[in-house]
Amino acid sequence: MNRIRAFVDKAGWPRIIIAMLLLSLFIVAPSVGVRVDQSMTNTIVRFGMNGILVLGMVPMVQTGCGLNFGLPLGIIAGLLGATISIELGLTGLAGFAGAIGFAAPFALLFGWSYGKLLNRVKGNEMMIATYVGFSSVSFMCMMWMLLPYRSPKMIWGYGGSGLRTTISLEGFWIHILDNFLTIRIGPNFMFPTGMILFFVFMAWIMWAFFHTKTGTAMTAVGSNPDYARAAGINVDKMRTIAVIMSTVYGAIGILVFQQSFGFIQLYNGPFFMALPAVAAILIGGASVNKANITNVVIGTILFQGLLTMTPSVINSAIQSDLSEVVRIIISNGMIVYALTRVTRKSR
Amino acid sequence: MTKKTGFNDAISRVFIGNVVPIMFIVLIAFATPLSGFSTGYLVQEMVTRLGRNSFLVLSLLLPIMAGMGLNFGIVLGAMSGQIGIILVTNWGISGVSGLFLAMAIATPLAALMGWLAGIVLNRAKGREMVTSLILGFFINGVYQLVVLYIMGKIIPIKNSALVLSRGYGIRNAIDLKGMRQSLDKLIPLKIGDISVPVATFILIGLLCLFIWWFGKTKLGHDMRAVGQDMAVAEDSGIKVERTRIIAIILSTILACYGQIIFLQNIGTLNTYNSHDQTATFAVAALLIGGASVARASIPNVFVGVVLFHLMFVVAPMAGKQLMGSAMIGEYFRVFVSYGIIALSIVLYAWRHLKERERARRSLRGAKES
Repeated sequence: MNRIRAFVDKAGWPRIIIAMLLLSLFIVAPSVGVRVDQSMTNTIVRFGMNGILVLGMVPMVQTGCGLNFGLPLGIIAGLLGATISIELGLTGLAGFAGAIGFAAPFALLFGWSYGKLLNRVKGNEMMIATYVGFSSVSFMCMMWMLLPYRSPKMIWGYGGSGLRTTISLEGFWIHILDNFLTIRIGPNFMFPTGMILFFVFMAWIMWAFFHTKTGTAMTAVGSNPDYARAAGINVDKMRTIAVIMSTVYGAIGILVFQQSFGFIQLYNGPFFMALPAVAAILIGGASVNKANITNVVIGTILFQGLLTMTPSVINSAIQSDLSEVVRIIISNGMIVYALTRVTRKSR
Repeated sequence: MTKKTGFNDAISRVFIGNVVPIMFIVLIAFATPLSGFSTGYLVQEMVTRLGRNSFLVLSLLLPIMAGMGLNFGIVLGAMSGQIGIILVTNWGISGVSGLFLAMAIATPLAALMGWLAGIVLNRAKGREMVTSLILGFFINGVYQLVVLYIMGKIIPIKNSALVLSRGYGIRNAIDLKGMRQSLDKLIPLKIGDISVPVATFILIGLLCLFIWWFGKTKLGHDMRAVGQDMAVAEDSGIKVERTRIIAIILSTILACYGQIIFLQNIGTLNTYNSHDQTATFAVAALLIGGASVARASIPNVFVGVVLFHLMFVVAPMAGKQLMGSAMIGEYFRVFVSYGIIALSIVLYAWRHLKERERARRSLRGAKES
């Protein structure tokens, strides 16, 4: 009994409930005619697509900057990288690498100024992050129309200027990671080895970084800023590094997402992209001031699994599409829960 | 050295205090002539929009008084109001009586929502704004569940004009034929070419009186005390959590009425979108009127509504004249709404931090400065 209670305390009720729900969906699936192997494939692919974006939450949470609702800023850097790469006509691996290469300076610049901003508003980071994200997305809406892109693959056919709302990656670097060393078993199961390897690589970099001297200092800042200052750590510098890392991971994350999705979504596309990533890491057991890579992996699998399974199973069972509503309720409910829980502890 | 810092501080304090309205007036002064609209048209638009939006913006005042910041949770009230309107339309009650019946039905729902929001926000002290924002997204999911799947199935909807062709769920757009501008035109008045929604303005005036009177009651004083310092208020015997919940309940109910007034003026209910931007636009208008996260007054509301909506009307045309595309102007006004909110919160938080530093410096004495 005590061991069960210890387990529940450690895992937390929301995580257990969601895991149970997902498990029951997988059990029910065959009886309503949904193929389990295909659902597994979808879950794994979605995990790979979203994993790095969720990983981008870790540095900011760990240094006490709160949940990164400003993720769209990193996404915008990624979009700039992708569009520049297409503009220069780069395709295949060169195109993907080019996109990352062009996105990096933007991500560094955005992350640096975003970090400087957040250092001036300690205590209100999350609200400001949300609106920095919203306003930068709407600012870029204007820029996508005005920036001097020329490639006919990207601009509107009529008028001859302004980028399209969605740009196909067909012929550029679509599925470049998905198709690397892919394992196929039967017609319905596919394992996107390249994408998962890339995720593991990015997670390893994060892990290794948090075990360097700087990384340890960052964790110290998050746990107790006063103690960290007393120990001679430059708190503001550590926070800026964390925000830059989060932004860079956001930029790379969206590029990985797009190569699998097949399209670049501009304009209002990035608006609400932070919320699923935030929800995922919280479902994984992170709190507003503590997160690690295990949280990312578990959370993304659970959340994306749920998103894959609910529409297919519920549609087959009751013939109506509840998926969108379920997604909104679960992701935002999880965030509200986390926001209310942490204050009770810290008070 | 000390003198220079003091001077800089003073300048930055004045600038930071009024930067938002100043920026906005400059912006509008440029954009209005560019748009080429006639003065008469703009005045009519402003009168209409004052009637349409002021009530919603006023509903933000009480939580600010209670120190809970900008209540993005007013969308909860807006959604309650929309459910009231859907039910009244279903029963086929039109005109002003339908309008007030919708308000009456929606009131208990809005009160319940406000109570819920109050409890949630009490558990998230210090991060009320972001919590109220996400709570709005969450309740939006519940609202969609109710309106899209439960209405017509469990809650009977007999009016076929409301129901989707599949037999349950509410249609995307509902024409509020019977209700359209029923309140605005209740007492018709024309000044020159400009029609004035007198009855709506009377309601808004009554609400202003209520807020003014409320500030003088015991509860109003308690609310201000809680807004100043929760610990001190608690020590002097004020029930802090209860006071905060009351502030949010009142705000949610007022927002519910505000949304009903808004919709009767528009004349169509977009079941799934009408409430999306309610909080953003109301908050942006209030901030543009010179309010801050911690301080807002009734004049801020009216100045803000006029300035914000002047920009709203003018931006697409100005964008077309300047850049050759009306879309730019539309993106621009969305950017301005979000940007203003971001800027105001940043300035507020920054000032807060600076004040703490100043306090610390004065404690240390002049030795170090």
